[in-house]
Amino acid sequence: MPTFDLSVEPLRELNAALHQLPSDTNETHWVIAHPNGKHAIACGLDKPITVEINGHVGYYCGGMNQLANIIVAGNAGVGVAENMMSGAIHIKGDASQSAGATGHGGLLVIDGNASARCGISMKGIDIVVKGSIGPMSAFMAQAGNLVVLGDAGEALGDSIYEARLFVRGSVASLGADCIEKEMSAEDRAALDSVIAKAALDVSASEFKFYGSARRLYHFHVDNVDAY
Amino acid sequence: MCGIAGLFLKNRALEPQLGSMLADMLVVLSDRGPDSAGFAIYGGGSEKDVKVTLRTKGADHAKTIVAALETKFGALHPVYRFNHVVIVVQAAKYPALQAFLTEQHTDAEIVGAGSRMEIYKEIGLPAQVAERFDLARMSGTHAIGHTRMATESAVTTKGAHPFSTGTDQCLVHNGSLSNHNGLRRELKRNGIAFSTDNDSEVAAGYLAWRISEGATLKQALTQGLKDLDGFYTFVVGTESCKPAVMAETDDYVAFGSEYRALAGLPGIEVARVFEPEPATVYAWERA
Repeated sequence: MPTFDLSVEPLRELNAALHQLPSDTNETHWVIAHPNGKHAIACGLDKPITVEINGHVGYYCGGMNQLANIIVAGNAGVGVAENMMSGAIHIKGDASQSAGATGHGGLLVIDGNASARCGISMKGIDIVVKGSIGPMSAFMAQAGNLVVLGDAGEALGDSIYEARLFVRGSVASLGADCIEKEMSAEDRAALDSVIAKAALDVSASEFKFYGSARRLYHFHVDNVDAY
Repeated sequence: MCGIAGLFLKNRALEPQLGSMLADMLVVLSDRGPDSAGFAIYGGGSEKDVKVTLRTKGADHAKTIVAALETKFGALHPVYRFNHVVIVVQAAKYPALQAFLTEQHTDAEIVGAGSRMEIYKEIGLPAQVAERFDLARMSGTHAIGHTRMATESAVTTKGAHPFSTGTDQCLVHNGSLSNHNGLRRELKRNGIAFSTDNDSEVAAGYLAWRISEGATLKQALTQGLKDLDGFYTFVVGTESCKPAVMAETDDYVAFGSEYRALAGLPGIEVARVFEPEPATVYAWERA
């Protein structure tokens, strides 16, 4: 099991070593010590390996991840799992702003809270936040599932396209064109699937479901004079 | 971008290390603000006196000014640090000293004044600025610091933070204000003086004005949420949206633009680390 101490070894060497792994590598479990809030740790991974990071990470941890399983025993800074394609990222503490931003796929699980703009412009990622999320979360969200066991801050789902937002607690306010909806069988199946993937001890019936009213991005003939 | 850092010690045993802890935090924040750096440090002092930090053109200039001031106001116990000098004057004589500095065109600027506060700021990398003023050897109860990446006005010492908001008070800012020109005009009409085009100086002037009108610091900051347009996190030193991280232990409360700035603090592994809520005012007082 390779180990890497970021208080002595340079971060670039860690990321380079992770990038150079062959697809059939036997070094499938890495342990990183003393991340000390450094930025861009374990970014751009594209092999099915596990990377355990023991401590708090800085900005953009696990960005662009494909296939890898990244576990952070601490908090994450701005933009964790930004543009994740596949794989899984598990934050055992809190996450800062823009967690899972623009993510296309994979699973991001945050055991604590996530602050503002969680899931901004998400494009297919599944995000689970066991605590609460901050204001402007799922802003312009396009696809994927955001599952929040706690509460959501102001302006949830502002200018949302087609992502599904499930919130178990309260929602401070909904953003433009985001509404509470009836959960269809398909929506419920999507939620059940995320609950199963993240091994959550909750039932889909505890959640309220929010999504797009589809008034903002469809042309409406009443507005023809505006053009 | 800018970096801001604050450190409020609860454990007196750490006071001699305050300067070195803050210096390390500022150096980590160099890539958020390489233009200039500054800090306010709260050390010893007496209620009967005013500690005045003067910025001069250099060490010789500082000595000339202090000599002139001492002839008029008596012993001022100067402490010289690079181009800054800290003098101590009896509180009753402070207004006359202020007037003297203006009338005599001494080219010395009062950076801050209070019973315990000293303010130092300069252009250059944070490590150089900390070195020039020998920050690492300063002690005190609490301190705030700033590393600047200028966006709203020129890279000058005057534009560096902290900005004094009143006696024993100062402010550092990360973000930018969009209504600072209009607000500056209004504040000037209310008698607040400004020496730069800097938006953060307007925030400092705004808080000073609110406090002079009878508001507490917390009230002034809360009113500021309505009157100051833009995005900002402020740290105000006295006896928040841009990202920021706070850490609290039994020994201290620390504040930084990001966690890296706090990573070197003692006991950080077991600290309660959290993000301040947007549009919320946090305040600590010493027991």
